Amino acid sequence: MNKTPLHDIHVQLGAKMVNFSNWEMPISYSSLIEEHNAVRSSVGIFDVSHMAVFDFDGGDQIAFFEKIFANDIKKISKDNKAIYGALLNEQGGILDDLIIYHANDKFRLVSNCSTREQNKNWYEKHAAEFGVRVIERADMGILAIQGPDALSKVSAIEEMNDQASSLQTFGCMFDGEKLYARTGYTGEDGLELILPAKDIKHLWDQALGLGCMPIGLGARDTLRLEAGLNLYGNDMTIDNHPYESNLGWTIDMSDENRQFIGKEALLSIDQSKSQKITGVILQDKGVLRPGYEITHEQGNGVVLSGSYSPTLQSSIGLVRVDQGFKKNGKVVIRNKVLNIEFVSPRFIGQGKIHP
Amino acid sequence: MKNIPGDLKFLSSHEWARIESDGSITIGISDHAQDLLGDIVFVELPEVGQILDAESDAAIVESVKAASDVYSPISGEVKAVNSLLEDQPEIINSSPYEDGWFYKISPSDLGELENLLSPEDYSAVCED
Repeated sequence: MNKTPLHDIHVQLGAKMVNFSNWEMPISYSSLIEEHNAVRSSVGIFDVSHMAVFDFDGGDQIAFFEKIFANDIKKISKDNKAIYGALLNEQGGILDDLIIYHANDKFRLVSNCSTREQNKNWYEKHAAEFGVRVIERADMGILAIQGPDALSKVSAIEEMNDQASSLQTFGCMFDGEKLYARTGYTGEDGLELILPAKDIKHLWDQALGLGCMPIGLGARDTLRLEAGLNLYGNDMTIDNHPYESNLGWTIDMSDENRQFIGKEALLSIDQSKSQKITGVILQDKGVLRPGYEITHEQGNGVVLSGSYSPTLQSSIGLVRVDQGFKKNGKVVIRNKVLNIEFVSPRFIGQGKIHP
Repeated sequence: MKNIPGDLKFLSSHEWARIESDGSITIGISDHAQDLLGDIVFVELPEVGQILDAESDAAIVESVKAASDVYSPISGEVKAVNSLLEDQPEIINSSPYEDGWFYKISPSDLGELENLLSPEDYSAVCED
């Protein structure tokens, strides 16, 4: 089992540890709901060092990313910014979702834990023709500091570069080997810090000393669900294309000359007929879970992610469903038919509940 | 070491049973179980009058993370359910052996109690 540089600290803090894609990770430290609420109301810190980090060296890196990444790297390649998007196979199936950071003329990529080997092989297979060397940074860890108070806490951490707390949304910067970015997976403001494993403990200790609450993967999941952010493996897999996965907005075909992997397959999809991911709120008592079947007047679908929402204090879910739904639908939970309301998948944003 | 009262009998799947002075048996889930589940947000209880077999599905308890089955430690007819749990399921976290009970059963065969675990034996299950 793999362990992050903070593993022993999580255990000392009394965290419940679980196996997450062969990494022993904290699921919660005390109460998942309290951890969730801390991020919505003040600030929390996450150890997400299980995520895969890659750097790149030499060659034509922009051309490389233009080929393998369905969003267009040119959107950020002149700025110090991050971009979110999908890695597709030739059939348009989603291999993974990821963030590419660009700052100080360097690219750094963060993708999911469970797809590490698949992605590494994919990058290496396609990097060769562009003379690019792929460097897996297993020596890096990742901390996320998230919540309305995140930036003020970060500015009080001594070894943090002062400029980190003045980054714009999706802005990023290198400080030596460390990368600071104003990104996250919670729907709140905050930073993600990708830094050498040896530097992580000191930063974590300082953040806790400043009042950041440690947050486990359990609350990370409810926070991202409320923000309507997909989880690879739950909400989309290699068998799904971006248009049925709420990722159409990350497909950039504005440059007609750009031939990215999967583009031809995407062009043959009739988007007016494909299923969509949307949000649902359970109107009755109960909890939505992955796999539950849903219906509406013109079609049906299935729950992909479902949980209790601590912010809405009712159950919410992301569903993949036929188009033509209006406001109301049904879900079957243990042979009982219950009522759901279709809503935007962005259940909350920046601390506010969307109507 | 988790809190395990000495007057209860247990299933290895973490349900407890307590014989009351009126001969009924109260059923709930253990402190260890509520700790494993984490924040409990929903409970589906049996119907009053329902006949349950020992170790059959009796209730569903859902934490934020997952749904779990609750099995009846003993056979009999359900005489009462804890309706407080419908609106305040979190009571199971704060008071698993008292306010957070699930249902009361009129036992059809008290001899079944012999099949249940003593507090000592249940404690050993929790440490595995």
